[in-house]
Amino acid sequence: MAILLNRSTRVIVQGFTGKIGSFHADDMKRYGTKLVGGVTPGKGGQTHLGLPVFNTVKGAVRETRAEASIVFVPPPFAADSIMEAADAGIKLCVCITDGIPSQDMMQVKRYMRRYRFEDRMRLVGPNCAGVITPGQALMGIMPGSIYLPGRVGIVGRSGTLGYEAASQMKALGIGVSTSVGIGGDPINGSSFKDILQLFERDDDTDAVVMIGEIGGPQEAEAAIWARDNMRKPLIAYIAGLSAPKGRRMGHAGAIISAFGESAQEKVEILKEAGVVIVPTPASFGEVVADTLARTKKAA
Amino acid sequence: MDIHEYQAKELLARHGVHVPRGGLAYSPEQATYRAREIGGSKWVLKAQVHSGARGKAGGIKLCSNDEEISNAAEAMLGRKLVTQQTGPRGKLISRLYLEEAVDIAQELYLGFVLDRKEERVMIVASAAGGMEIEDISEKQPDSIIRATVDPGVGMQGFQAREIAFGLGLESSLIGKATETILGCYQVFRDYDASMLEINPLVVTRDGSLVALDAKMSFDENALFRRPEISELRDKSQEDPRETFASDRGLSYVGLDGNIGCIINGAGLAMATMDMIKIAGGEPANFLDIGGGASPERVAKSFRAVLGDKQVETILVNIFAGINRCDWVAEGVIKAIREVGVDVPLVVRLSGTKVEEGRRILADSGEAVIVADTLAEAAEKAVAAWREATKNKKAA
Repeated sequence: MAILLNRSTRVIVQGFTGKIGSFHADDMKRYGTKLVGGVTPGKGGQTHLGLPVFNTVKGAVRETRAEASIVFVPPPFAADSIMEAADAGIKLCVCITDGIPSQDMMQVKRYMRRYRFEDRMRLVGPNCAGVITPGQALMGIMPGSIYLPGRVGIVGRSGTLGYEAASQMKALGIGVSTSVGIGGDPINGSSFKDILQLFERDDDTDAVVMIGEIGGPQEAEAAIWARDNMRKPLIAYIAGLSAPKGRRMGHAGAIISAFGESAQEKVEILKEAGVVIVPTPASFGEVVADTLARTKKAA
Repeated sequence: MDIHEYQAKELLARHGVHVPRGGLAYSPEQATYRAREIGGSKWVLKAQVHSGARGKAGGIKLCSNDEEISNAAEAMLGRKLVTQQTGPRGKLISRLYLEEAVDIAQELYLGFVLDRKEERVMIVASAAGGMEIEDISEKQPDSIIRATVDPGVGMQGFQAREIAFGLGLESSLIGKATETILGCYQVFRDYDASMLEINPLVVTRDGSLVALDAKMSFDENALFRRPEISELRDKSQEDPRETFASDRGLSYVGLDGNIGCIINGAGLAMATMDMIKIAGGEPANFLDIGGGASPERVAKSFRAVLGDKQVETILVNIFAGINRCDWVAEGVIKAIREVGVDVPLVVRLSGTKVEEGRRILADSGEAVIVADTLAEAAEKAVAAWREATKNKKAA
């Protein structure tokens, strides 16, 4: 059933009645997402886009049995909304909001740990394009038309670069099981490794495309995990090979940064772990096609 | 967002961190006047630029009389200081900070930073402070003391004490060191800092603990709730191209090439720059127009990119999700007609409303080179740039 999201997942929208929330809620509904309502504090009891509005996430969960929530709340209040979802028993929260302060995200991650692992909400994002299971449901802001339903998983930090990969694959007739945008912020809900684990267990996914970029430890962590645990082919691209060394202040960043944070180092680590590298952002399609063909032959 | 040393010291001093007596100066006269105010017989004149490694670059001078202060100030003011951390363009010196000189017995290092792996604030400390700290952390990683803060409860006293004892300080200094470390953490947390560094934190000959330097950077996403920090912004320390763009809500980083880029999404922007390099060109900038960009916003992006006189070709690459290709196309035409684009222009549109966008470009009659794919866009941009520079040389 692909990962995270399918046509029967019951979804609510936090920040439902705002301009952005309304626009994307409508889009998601038309794509086929099972939208069951939304939350805007103070507007409970109203109807919006033909769906009920609730004051609290708890109220929405009680009335609609929602399992998933997508957050379009502005940055100053977004962390609060994520914690509200976690406390209301939501299982999957996708946060689209861009610009949440790092300290707020530290609090969110700490807060989510108060629940037992089995009961803990999975957060995707913030500052991401969301999740799409093509042909079934969309919880995000991506254009649904560029994804062909199929059997390759995509996980990436960048939204638009993920679109680029999906459309190159579509041009060659290769479809996607689920595409997950984990977001570009320094602290995010789900890491590359978290999503790779789901794809590895998923019967509807044959191979995975990982789209990383410079900065942070998550690509290197994913490479090590994939080397030791992943049986499906993993194909990766790292953006930022041409990025100049950034100007900086002080030494603290350099002292804590480990090997594996520059684009070159990431590519090196991925190669060593046996990951197939997409050499340029224009060759997602052909590399995925080649890899699938080789895997088929081997099997 | 970065702030100056003197501003960071003011914040720290309010939270129990000892700093040397000092004063700000905008002229040589003011600097000598500050020396009278501070008293003593030895002072340090420090260029206030947003960078470390100032000493090696000539931005820090020890002075013992008015003439030395005045000469040093004269030499620094109005000059651009180029350090290992500024990049080759350097940073303008328009403010000086004069401080009493301190008799140093030992130099320590104390830093606070967001650790992406732990997803917490991490404290790093070393008994070997000073300029070689990065070397030391690489060659003797075990000599670096590290601790992370649980964001649920904040930094605890025992953590600060462990660091203080770990630094090998004498017992008479442990109380003061603990207070200093906790004070720094409080400033870091209360003002949404992303980096705080005291290098060196010194033990003086008379047995006190003083922050001789201080650097701070702040989380730009949190500035909405820290107006007192926003006020400390000094635009003279920023790349003017970046200031222009950020004042218009655009995310822009200036580079040294000649192909100007207008792209949506940070990842696609980096990938497009990589593609330009592969095709044999050099990007002039990183620019992310963000989501839902209006025609006006697109036209503003052209102003920002063309503000860089090195730009000889422009590449627009949009893969629209929440953006709309028709709006982007309207913005491109608006820019050509209102801003004036006198360099070759390559546009690649994809995603939401792509047919409408392409039609607008085709119907406009303007000289726009259209590309369908990312590879084609990069190749056409580099080809157009080569052609343009060839013609320029011929002319």
